[in-house]
Parts: sequence; C-alpha cells; structure tokens
Amino acid sequence: MAEEKESAEAMISEIHKQITDAFDVFDHEFNKTVDVREVGTIIRSLGCCPSEGELHDLLAEIEEEEPTGYIRFEKFLPTMTKVLMERRYRPIPEDVLLRAFEVLDQEKKGHLEPEELTKYMSEEGEPFTQEEMEEMLSAAVDPDKNVILYKDYVGMMTVEDN
Amino acid sequence: MGCGTSVATESQAKQSEKELTYKFFYSITQRADESPKAPSPALAIKAAVLIQRWYRRYMARIEIRRRYTWSIFQSIEYAGEQDQLQLSSFFTFMLDNFTHLGGESPDLISQFLDPTSDPMKEEGRAAKYEKIEVPDSYPGPHLSFPLTVAHTNALLRAFKQQQQHLHARYVLQLLHETKKFLKKMPNIIHLSTSYTKEITICGDLHGKLDDLLLIFYKNGLPSTENPYVFNGDFVDRGKKSVEILIILFAFLLLYPNDMHLNRGNHEDHIMNLRYGFTKEVMQKYRSHGREILLLLQDVFSLLPLATIIDNKVLIVHGGVSDMTDLDYLASIERHKFKSALRPPRMSIDSSQDKGRRKTKGQLPAQFSGGHRSISTRYSSNHLMKPSSGASLSPSSSSSLSSSIPESRRMSDVQEKDTSTTSNGQHPLHHRSISPAGILEVPFLDSDVTITPKVPSWEEMEWKQIVDLLWSDPKNQNGCSPNSFRGGGCYFGPDVTLTLLKKYRLKMLIRSHECKQEGYELCHDGQVITIFSASNYYEEGSNRGAYIKLGPDLVPRFFQYQVSKFTRRMTLQQRVSVAEGSALKSLREKLYAHRSELIAAFKQYDTYNTGKLKLTVLDGVCESFLGTVSTSDWASAVELVLRLDLPWRTLRSRLVRLAPDGSVEYLSCFEDLHMEQPIKEQVTPSLVETLYRYRTDLEIIFNMIDKDHSGLISIEEFRQTWRLFSSHLHIHVDNAAIDDLARSIDFNKDGSIDFNEFLEAFRVVHKLDSKEKH
Repeated sequence: MAEEKESAEAMISEIHKQITDAFDVFDHEFNKTVDVREVGTIIRSLGCCPSEGELHDLLAEIEEEEPTGYIRFEKFLPTMTKVLMERRYRPIPEDVLLRAFEVLDQEKKGHLEPEELTKYMSEEGEPFTQEEMEEMLSAAVDPDKNVILYKDYVGMMTVEDN
Repeated sequence: MGCGTSVATESQAKQSEKELTYKFFYSITQRADESPKAPSPALAIKAAVLIQRWYRRYMARIEIRRRYTWSIFQSIEYAGEQDQLQLSSFFTFMLDNFTHLGGESPDLISQFLDPTSDPMKEEGRAAKYEKIEVPDSYPGPHLSFPLTVAHTNALLRAFKQQQQHLHARYVLQLLHETKKFLKKMPNIIHLSTSYTKEITICGDLHGKLDDLLLIFYKNGLPSTENPYVFNGDFVDRGKKSVEILIILFAFLLLYPNDMHLNRGNHEDHIMNLRYGFTKEVMQKYRSHGREILLLLQDVFSLLPLATIIDNKVLIVHGGVSDMTDLDYLASIERHKFKSALRPPRMSIDSSQDKGRRKTKGQLPAQFSGGHRSISTRYSSNHLMKPSSGASLSPSSSSSLSSSIPESRRMSDVQEKDTSTTSNGQHPLHHRSISPAGILEVPFLDSDVTITPKVPSWEEMEWKQIVDLLWSDPKNQNGCSPNSFRGGGCYFGPDVTLTLLKKYRLKMLIRSHECKQEGYELCHDGQVITIFSASNYYEEGSNRGAYIKLGPDLVPRFFQYQVSKFTRRMTLQQRVSVAEGSALKSLREKLYAHRSELIAAFKQYDTYNTGKLKLTVLDGVCESFLGTVSTSDWASAVELVLRLDLPWRTLRSRLVRLAPDGSVEYLSCFEDLHMEQPIKEQVTPSLVETLYRYRTDLEIIFNMIDKDHSGLISIEEFRQTWRLFSSHLHIHVDNAAIDDLARSIDFNKDGSIDFNEFLEAFRVVHKLDSKEKH
C-alpha cells in the first residue's frame, strides 16, 4: 500500500511538472498566468482531445469568478491534474476517425469533395472558422485530383502527429 | 489530498466517454453495411464533431511546436548576444589595463578596437578614393556625386538581378559622402507629416535584401512623396548587409529630407564581428575590406539615435529606460560612441573616482581567497526572466551601479583553473569577468563595501545610448536590467507612460525583437514593435511588416513574407522545417556541453543503471548505457545550459526513452559527431572546449590576422590561444596547444589555415549525412 502511494505521488509529481512545462510555454509575462484564449491549446498539447463544449465546461472550472481574460496557474493546475489522472478526453483512434469521414461520404466514393467537407465542417457540429477551414483544405486536398482522399489524409496526419 | 484514491480507478467520466466513442464506432460500422443514401443528421453531426475535435487537437500540437521552436531560436540568439558582450567586455578590460600582449610590441587588440585616427584630412581621403582604379572589365554600376535617381536605379538593378558587387572605390566614396552628411544631423531628428504625407517606418532588416526589395515593391521607392524611416539593424545575420547599406545610404544622400536612418544595436563593429557583417565585407572586398570597415565604424557612430514624428511619435531601435532623458540625449556627441558594447575607456590614470569604486555587497564570494568560484547564486531564473521588479541590485534597477548577473559562461568554466594564483600574473584578471558586464565599469580594487559607485558623465552618456539601442518592453511595471541580452533594460508600462507624458508624446515605435506577425503592440497600444526581416530564424518562422503613419498618427500595418518556394507550404510543413532547424541548434548546444552534462546526469544516476558498455564516440570516449528520470534529466540540462526552455516538452525530440519511461541520457549525443576525427593526442575536453567556443576563437583570430590572409603562424595561434584561455579562465596546457597546432599544420610550413582549423570542429548531424549519400 505504501509503495502504491509512493508511486502515485511520483506520478502526480511528474504530471504536475508536465503541466507546468506546457503552461510556461504560454506564460509570456512570466507571472504564472496565460491568456484564456490559449488554454485550449495548452490542454490539447497535454494529450487531451476535448470538444469545444467540453473545453468550455472545463474553462468554467478554471476561470475566476469575474473573468479577467487570464487564467492563473493556481487554478489551472489542480483541474488539469484531475483531467490527466482520470484520463479524460482521450485522443480518437485512427479507425474511429476514418469511420467518421466515411459517414460524411454519403455516396461511398472513397473521397470527399472540398465543398462537401467544407459544408460539414463549417456548418455542422462545432463549426470551423474560415481560417481553420482553409488550413485543413490546404493540407487535405490532393492537388492533382482536387478531392480529399480521406483515408490517406488520416493516415498521414496520424503519422505526423507522432 | 484526494490523490491517493485514484491510483487504480477510472472515473465515471472516462467510462461514459469510452462508451460513447465505441457506441459511435459500432453504430457507424452497422450503418456502413446498410448503405443508406444520407446519414441521419444526428450521425452527421456526431461525425463532424469528432473530426473537428481531432483536428483542433492536431492544430494545438502544431501550435505548441511552433511556440517552443520560437523560444529555442530566441534563447539561443540572446545567449549569443550575451556571449558577445562578455567577449567585448573582456577586450575592454585588456585594452584598459594591458598594453602588451605576450611581449609583442604592437598591441594587437587595441589596433583593431581602437584604431588610431587617420591623420589624413577628409579632403585628402576623398582624393585618395578618386585614385582607386576601376577596371574596364567591371560590370557593375558606377557612382558619381551628387547621386541621381539613375544611380539608385542602377544599384537596385545590379543587386537584384545581376547579383553584382559595387566596386570598392564607389563604396568608399559613398561612405565618405554619407559620413559628411550624417555629421550635420542632430542626434534626434524631427519629422512632420505635413502635406498629408504618409511616412513609412520599417524595422530590422538584418541583411535580408529580399525583404527590402519586397517593401519597395509593395510600397514604392523612397522619394519626396514617399518618405521612409528605417529603424536600425540593417546588417548582420543575413547575407546581403553590404547591399542593404549601399541602397539605404544612396537614398539617404538622394533624398536627405525624406529618408531617415536610426542606429540599431547591430550598427556596431563589435557585434559585427560575431554576427557576420565583418565577414561579409571581408569576403566581398578582399583588399579594401579593412578600410571599408574602419570607415563604417565612423558612419555607424554618426547615425542618429532617434526620430520623432510630429512631436508625438518617438522612434528608437530598442526602447527606453526610466533614466531616458531626451534633452540630455540631444546634447551628447554621439560619434564618440563607436560601439555600444564598450563602456568609455577608464584607464588607470584617468579615473578620478577609482578609490571610491567598490563592489556591491552581493559579489564578494567570487573574490574570496583569490580564486574564482563557480557561481550558483544566480539561478537560471535570474538570468533569463524579468520578474516584476526583481533586480539584482538593491538600488534603482536601471542605474549604472546595478550589477549584471554573472556571465552564464562563468558556470561553464572548468574547476581546474589556477591562473590567478599559480602563475602569479594578472592579479586583476579574475575581477574582470563578472562585473565587467555592460552596465558596470571594470573596477580595479575589489574591496567589499556597499557604497554605490558614482558614474562619470561619460558613463551616463553611454548608458543613455545603450538603453535606447538595447532595451525591451515587458508587461509588468518597473525597469530592470535586461539580463536576457546583457544590455539595456526591460521597461514596463509605467516607464512608457511616464516618458510619453514627460515629453507629451503619443506613442513609441521600436524594433529589436523578432515578432511572429512582423509587429506587435504592447503597453496598451502605446508601444509598437516593428520587425521587417521575414523568415528571420528560419524559412517560415515569421512575417515581416512595416507601418504607414499619416497626419492622424494612426498606424497602419502591412505584412509580407519572402518565400523561396513557389509552392505554398502547409502550416505543418512550415512548422516542421523551423522546428527541425531549431532542434538542430539545440542539439549542437547540448553537444557543446557534453562533458558537463554527462557529469550532471551521472550525479542523478545514483544507481549506475545499465551494464558497462564500451561504445566509441569520436574515437576517444567510452560510455555506458545510463538512465535517469525525466525530471532529473530536465533539471540537469537546465542547470548546465542555462537556457530557459520547456525541457519536458522537448524531451521526446532530443533523447530516447528506455522501456520503463526513464531517459537514456547519452542518446542526445548520438546523432552528432565531429566531421573529421581529431587525432588521439588531443584530449576530449580540449576538443569540446574548442568546439564550444569556436565562434569566440574565430573572432579573436580574425583580429590577430591583420592582413586577412586566413593563415596564421604557430606563434599567432599560440597568442590567440593565450588570449582566449585568459578570457575564459581555462587552464590549458601549452604543450597540448602546440601539439594541436602542429597536428593541424598539414603542410608543415609553420602556418595554419585557420578556416581549416575551424572546420575540424564542425559538427555534423548524422541525419544530414544520410541525406547526402
């Protein structure tokens, strides 16, 4: 039991350091605060994959009562530690991702037209901004065929991500 | 502590999330078989959310890579600036206190740093340049004075399309005319936007001619209708600094009322030694290079320090401090300050208040017992980050008497130094290093009392200039020494506000810091940073920008990015390129500190993990497979390198992990090796030292090699070495140096090709060589 507790403490300590490291990258003023708009990036860089809605809920826990536009490390650390310990918002496996693309590919063509993808991404779910859409298309669209070969795309992105 | 409970449990949240994901998965696979024409809207939404979620996480990971890449570049850049300051302060000390070097009668250093003023008068010089012959075969542009638009067009054409150099004679004449012109200018230039003229303000160019040409393309050439202000740092780092200067000076002479240049911290011959401009000039102008460089020293020191538009907008290269006094600045004889890195000469005879100059109470430990102790008092925090109000001296943060944190290099130096006591020379030596920082004048007696020094008026003048050229804004209030760079201050919003109020100004425009988007606002919009060298750190690293300011004094920003590739790279590709370059530099830094790092790791590696495995690195080292925890690895690296970077985040890119998650700490050195294996008689630590300080060595060598032949005699090599080791307080066996010199003297004629010598210490990344084969 004591051993378990020790290794648990070590694990938590390591998690704390990971969180600190990621936080510090965005702490431009070196005063243990970050801009609230960057919190999503920080959380995601720690390995979590929350939806915008989940992010919003998380922020509610972390923000001050009177939102200042800044998030303090003292509030970020405990919440984030819990998230990591509980392994919340796990990344999406490649095959599930592929299936999601297949759902959008109504006619089962094996690829998506840029307009199709744009329609879904910009209008459905938690819509992309124009910038996000453009950036995705720039990488996803096959330059010769002008379609999105989503199987290749997913495969490529997953490799790059690792 | 609720931590103890969740060791083995998975929370409800996770369970239900898992379930949701798999439910979705199964529902998809079921649906796939049925193949209806359209998925149910609910399903489409779920799919969309999934993709969006995944994509946003992917982008976040790119973003964090981009950020730490930036941090790496910036940290290494500023660390290099610190190194240069230390080198130059060392030269200052040598100049001030020692007139001979190893018995040689000409003082090599002073000849370079303090050239005797040419007794030839200005007119005499002009006649001299006239006599330089331009061969008929010279294809480049010809200049005659006064300049006309035809000349500037010819110059632009020559540099852009035909890639020609301007003949040395014209360069000298141009510089000569520029110097004459600048002498008439005040320190602070006042401009007006009357006649609804918009003024264009550009930031650092750093030798990137393509950016200047792009600006001219987008915004038009300078003219009476199109006035420009260039805010310093025209040279260094980029490869076309000479061309940029020629174009800027030509336009300056052509449109004297509509073209304005501010001095930057790189318009400084000591900076140029390290950052490439000196080299560029010497390479492009072999016979006249030295003369050009000397003339440039005068021209640089004559560049105005600031520009004010409509009495409302102050433009300086770096920033301000809480001591900045514009009236005082206007009165200084700016040409006296050839380099912002050298405090005014304080030779033994001239100093009046020598007796009163004491060290600060904080510094005594270094001088106890006459041996220099490696300082651990200055933690990495002190060195790298400006924390609010944290200054290392108890007195006013930006005053001259504040102490600079000890050179990072101090911790690098090996313990076995005995130079101060054993050979008895230079009892003053060890005192030069730490306090001879930028804001302190080397003192000659090291008694320990706490009375603050009384700066001379020369020092005050010098400090005003340094603050203007080197300072950076920070977000917290206050004014503290700029420890990141080693010179100038960090100034807070309160300092800005006070200054703007005092002189009834509306805003401050400055440059000096590379910004992702080419520009950035801070201090509530009252301070604008404008940076005009795109892709400064690496292809794709940042945009460049310029400002247009009309009579309404509302700035408009224009961005651009020079791109070598016609095909547009995706963000992922751009970030990968930049990241690769940054990590390479970082690995080289690790390699340069290998011995110290391994020693530090071993201290943490208390269990001496792994078997003793004999591996051969560079032919001379043995190693064993050791591991430490990530935490310990990060601590060790931070301690040795003193670079404030997110080491845990970077870990996976730098080292290999053992199966149990610990770090195989030797793996970060595996990718690198010296290109040419050094012969065995050279000890590994010497090799490493030479590798780490090769830039400094090169600089010292270039100063000694007055005829710029690239060759030095064995004696000069020894001299270089002696200078160098006294600078760093490294005790190196003279015999080892002789052996080294002889092993390099390939043709055994008693001279060494220094570039070949440096090549021996070039480090190659294995992946690079793989690509070549």
